[in-house]
Amino acid sequence: MSTSELHASRGPILGRLPVVSHLRKSVGLQRGMLVAGVILTGFFLLATALAPLLAPYGYSQLSDNSGSFPTQQAPSAKHLLGTTVGGYDVLSRVLWGSQTAVTVIVVSVAMSLFLGVALGLLSGYFGGWLDRIMVVIADAIYAFPSLLLAIVMSIVISRGQSSFWGGILACSFAITVVFVPQYFRVIRAETIRLKAEPFVESAKVVGASSLRIMGRHIFTNATRTLPLMFTLNASEAILTLAGLGFLGFGIEPSSASEWGFDLNKALSDASSGIWWTGVFPGLAIVLTVLGLTLVGESINDLNDPRLRGRRRAGTKQLKAGKA
Amino acid sequence: MTSLIEVPEAKPGAVTPKSKAAPGGGLGRYLVVRFFLIIPTIFILVTLVFFMMRVIGDPITAAQGGRLPPDVLAQRIHDAGYDRPILVQYAEYLGQLATGNFGTTITDRRPVVDMLATFGTATLELSINALVVALAVGIPLGLIAAQRRDKGQDAVLRCFAILCYATPVFFSGLLLKLVFSAWLGWLPVAGRTSTRTELTMQGLAAPSGIYWLDALRSGNMAALGDIAAHAVLPAIALGLLTAGVFLRLVRTNVIGTLGKDYIEAGRSRGVSEFRLLTRHAYKPALIPIITVMGLQIALMLGGAVLTETTFEWKGLGYQLVQYLNARDFVAVQGIVVLLAVIVAVTNFVVDVVAALIDPRVRY
Repeated sequence: MSTSELHASRGPILGRLPVVSHLRKSVGLQRGMLVAGVILTGFFLLATALAPLLAPYGYSQLSDNSGSFPTQQAPSAKHLLGTTVGGYDVLSRVLWGSQTAVTVIVVSVAMSLFLGVALGLLSGYFGGWLDRIMVVIADAIYAFPSLLLAIVMSIVISRGQSSFWGGILACSFAITVVFVPQYFRVIRAETIRLKAEPFVESAKVVGASSLRIMGRHIFTNATRTLPLMFTLNASEAILTLAGLGFLGFGIEPSSASEWGFDLNKALSDASSGIWWTGVFPGLAIVLTVLGLTLVGESINDLNDPRLRGRRRAGTKQLKAGKA
Repeated sequence: MTSLIEVPEAKPGAVTPKSKAAPGGGLGRYLVVRFFLIIPTIFILVTLVFFMMRVIGDPITAAQGGRLPPDVLAQRIHDAGYDRPILVQYAEYLGQLATGNFGTTITDRRPVVDMLATFGTATLELSINALVVALAVGIPLGLIAAQRRDKGQDAVLRCFAILCYATPVFFSGLLLKLVFSAWLGWLPVAGRTSTRTELTMQGLAAPSGIYWLDALRSGNMAALGDIAAHAVLPAIALGLLTAGVFLRLVRTNVIGTLGKDYIEAGRSRGVSEFRLLTRHAYKPALIPIITVMGLQIALMLGGAVLTETTFEWKGLGYQLVQYLNARDFVAVQGIVVLLAVIVAVTNFVVDVVAALIDPRVRY
């Protein structure tokens, strides 16, 4: 604790940001994984921001000045990654798809953070029957296959189809229901631990309201694990969104580009040996999830002193143990 | 859950107040308490699903609205009792579930129980195949990664594990199809069997529904070969998803036990590194591995929906999507309830096994 405080007082705020501070204390293989993750995630965010500039065509564009696009055309100069069975340009759809993914991640994680943290604080702080009921419900939801839950939710919300924002919101809500129990558990456990700390008691003695104690004293101390959960949930959100899209409960192709939907359409192409319609959106999913997971993984390892790789002294000891 | 990191858990069992049970009586009491905790889990999920499905409207309008004249539709809704207060219907539904009556599907008028039995066995077969792949890949690779901790092999294997998690089943399925079916032509593209074998299988007397078992019992080797060829790709696609989780699990836990003093003691007595790894370190690591493996059932069921759709494997997941698209919510409700029961029961079994192996789990 004291070393990190020293560190904090010495460095500028940049050095204390989650990923940057982790990068500093990492070494060797762990640093490599973290850097690889940051680079992949960087590419993903860059594609999101620059999609309107980079994409040669719109996500639902079927023709240009020289006529309508051919269908299932192999990669060529005009269509760098080929065209789909519906006549869309694969490269454009892959790039625009990153925007859909980011929007869903942001909306769903923000909603589940808010709900999960609020419920976790309430449940952990007040305890009693409210706590028991919420724990049982959260456990029941937590145990259930998340994708199935998301499917049922998206059917209930959007009845299975919709416009850009309608589809985004339906998917995000569906993913939120899956995530809330996770945030709930972590925050509740932390709240129960913190509630017994002396500083909470002194706040009570001074006469602070429950709301203030929860919001100021407990919440600010319970957020330790949130950056980790954010990166892990971001990758899970992408996978769930793609799963929903693949099963046909996602967003219509004319209102947004979505990787999972494109993969569904590419499935029959694969049987006849057409590779470019499926491989590129699939790679986009894999690389994005890989990047986010590597970042989350490394943060997790670096936060845990038992898993953190050490400089020379540690390696020597290992070797001595082996000999 | 699909999350890679095990979030500190509050087990449902922890809700009940601890009591000082007499030594020896602890296990029995624990099992009883744990068994009764299945019921609220199933009850909550059934309730959630029931009310979520009814938010959309009654099942008959959802399935057949617009296709029937309004008066016929109203008559049908009345006959099925969907115009009564929702709480009355809910109580009735719970009563029916308790007696094992899941109702009749709306689109193809089949008893839901029949439908579940037919497609459930297909999903079971897929899950078993995938589990075999996952264990065969995950455990040995996890042991290697633990042994070679922080070395090159470990790095490669960990990346492989993350890659397994990062690749959606339908994408790995698509790649497998592309390579092994379309390009190499070694394996069939989709389905559970070819049509001819399918007919043979259905002609059998008292089939178990699990095709390879039936083929073995009837001694039909040609059919068995056909079934195996169809089973390979889906099993790999779904198995790899779980294999990554197993790999990491084995690695983390074996690293934990490898650092123990008794390993050092064994090493000083001249026990071989291989034996230390596979016996001394692996066995005590099994308890957390079994617990988390049980939780993977949920991940596997979710993955099965996607795998079945990818490979047109006509199981519960494939059928669920069909029924959802047809808006047949009686059938959907039946499938979801069955899955909830499976998940709850598996978690119970996992806890029981953990309690039997490790006395510290009981309280």
